Amino acid sequence: MFSTYLLAREAVMPEGLSTRCGRLDARRFAVYRNNVGVGLTRALERRYPLVMRLVGEDFFRGMARAYVDVERPTSPVLLTYGSGFPAFVAGFEPARSVPYLSDIARLEDAMASAFHSRDAGLLTMDALAAVPPERLGTARLTPHPAARLVSSAFPIGTIFANHQAEPVRPVEHWVAEAVLITRPDIRCELTVLPAWDVAFAAALLNGAPLGEAAMAAADEPTFDFGRALTALIRLGAFSDDAPIIKENDDA
Amino acid sequence: MALPVAAGLGLKPDHVDTILKTRPALGFFEVHAENYMGEGGLPHRQLAAIAEPYPLSLHGVGLSIGGEGDLDRDHLKRLRHLIERYRPASFSEHLAWSTHDSEFFNDLLPLPYTPETLDRVARHVAETQEAVGTRMLLENPSTYLIFAESTIEEIDFLAAISDRTGCGLLLDVNNVMVSAVNHRLDPFAYIDRFPMEKVGEIHLAGYDETEDEAGERLLIDAHASPVLPDVFALYSHMLDRAGPLPTLVEWDNDVPEFPALYAEAKKVEAALARARLASSEAAISRSAA
Amino acid sequence: MDRRSFHLALAGSLAAALATSAVPASAAEEGTVKCYGVALAGQNDCAAGEGTTCAGTSSVDYQGNAWKAVPAGTCETMEVPGDRMGSLEPLERDLPS
Repeated sequence: MFSTYLLAREAVMPEGLSTRCGRLDARRFAVYRNNVGVGLTRALERRYPLVMRLVGEDFFRGMARAYVDVERPTSPVLLTYGSGFPAFVAGFEPARSVPYLSDIARLEDAMASAFHSRDAGLLTMDALAAVPPERLGTARLTPHPAARLVSSAFPIGTIFANHQAEPVRPVEHWVAEAVLITRPDIRCELTVLPAWDVAFAAALLNGAPLGEAAMAAADEPTFDFGRALTALIRLGAFSDDAPIIKENDDA
Repeated sequence: MALPVAAGLGLKPDHVDTILKTRPALGFFEVHAENYMGEGGLPHRQLAAIAEPYPLSLHGVGLSIGGEGDLDRDHLKRLRHLIERYRPASFSEHLAWSTHDSEFFNDLLPLPYTPETLDRVARHVAETQEAVGTRMLLENPSTYLIFAESTIEEIDFLAAISDRTGCGLLLDVNNVMVSAVNHRLDPFAYIDRFPMEKVGEIHLAGYDETEDEAGERLLIDAHASPVLPDVFALYSHMLDRAGPLPTLVEWDNDVPEFPALYAEAKKVEAALARARLASSEAAISRSAA
Repeated sequence: MDRRSFHLALAGSLAAALATSAVPASAAEEGTVKCYGVALAGQNDCAAGEGTTCAGTSSVDYQGNAWKAVPAGTCETMEVPGDRMGSLEPLERDLPS
């Protein structure tokens, strides 16, 4: 069958295909193989440009091609192809010397999905201020469809930032960072969150009520509920769906 | 639903700002449907902005109309949704397959031309037109190998699909050249035999050239350069025969800045102007006779 | 603190935040000043717009190629300090051709 030869590692071709004069010609069949293999690795290059810069073109293409071997697209919409790549990179032995690589891949995957996510308006301060004070803790905000939080044990935001200008600068402080991706208008915006607000933001993006999210940050002495919440709203973390308030207080 | 008889270009995200600022004189823009199947964000905003001043051509590359299996219902729904949202002046797809056993191969792969595959493709085209709610154009492929089991000529295959389903045809002149050179056939003879009355759109593009194992010319449908002179000569021959038709220049790899693409479109527009003049002169001399 | 006082404390904190600075109504508001976290400038609108093409390529797929490579991009200037991860090792993976 034709399809089994397209991404096979062996340069063989199916029977029944030939030149006009009946000659088998593997170089002609290779055009199809190249179109498929190169097309899929290019889709990964577009989705993971920083991963490619970090490891270089040759290494990236080899790694991407190995990924294509284990995870083929199942949809003709290639905009979503490659979301399994970060997990693949995490387990890819030859990339172990770059321990933050899979987290950078997670960041780029989140950016790509944020880029294509559904359009929605943003929560306003007025909508939040309209919540009765005694109900505030039970209120749930709806995460904006583009909002993503990518946490890492590595300074992934700084690594990203240091690649935005030439020459690429080394990282000075190897600390954990969490990057919030938002799309307040049409461009994705990336913000490294203060460490003490990460648990709070993560809980809210998981749909937790405000009180429960504040409890998640209770151990952080520098956590300031009002400041953190208004900052997240300003960044565009929530959609303009009205806050969901529980009617009874025994939640 | 028809494209204007003028030159069009493939829309590239990096060109959108320039296009909206300078409003180049183009008949239409063509997009690949699958690139606009995300839920929202910049691609849709750009397409909506372009669709206001310009007619759109929606060109699908992933439906796998030539495939053995059933058509992908979800994909048909996505196509219908795009067509309803953007009201393109034309919708087209390829005589090729790309999905097998729910695995998607990112290419337009060839099929044998037999009575059996003819039935299947005709069924798929009819199903597609029904599902998306509009007539479609079916495009001739560029091929690198030939199936021994094929018993029908490609032109007859396409004509029969059109007869059975009422679909129109998209004639890719670069594909004609690529296939003809690859299979040692005469591209002019192909154009002369093509059912031009069914053609709703022409495609032009640049090809890459290499050699096969026997050292013979092997052309690749690369869309990575200007339209080459032999393809343009073939296009001019087609215009002499059929008169002016909506014509797209495709440039999808190593895409240059917008002015280089626009220059290609202007060459096409000049050829179309000559063809318009020739057909109106022919009409005048007919009415005088 | 009981639940009610807790909720009121949250409300107080929010009211204070809303009052202390001229907080813009939303991120979309004109002239928003970022004063929180570290905003990362750069090419953030990913190039993930295009995935599909009907063109072929004359580039050659890596498939069947033996390849041997170490990560050799900007990661060389991004080395993790200390012995957290071990050293760079050459990758040798000769794939069947």
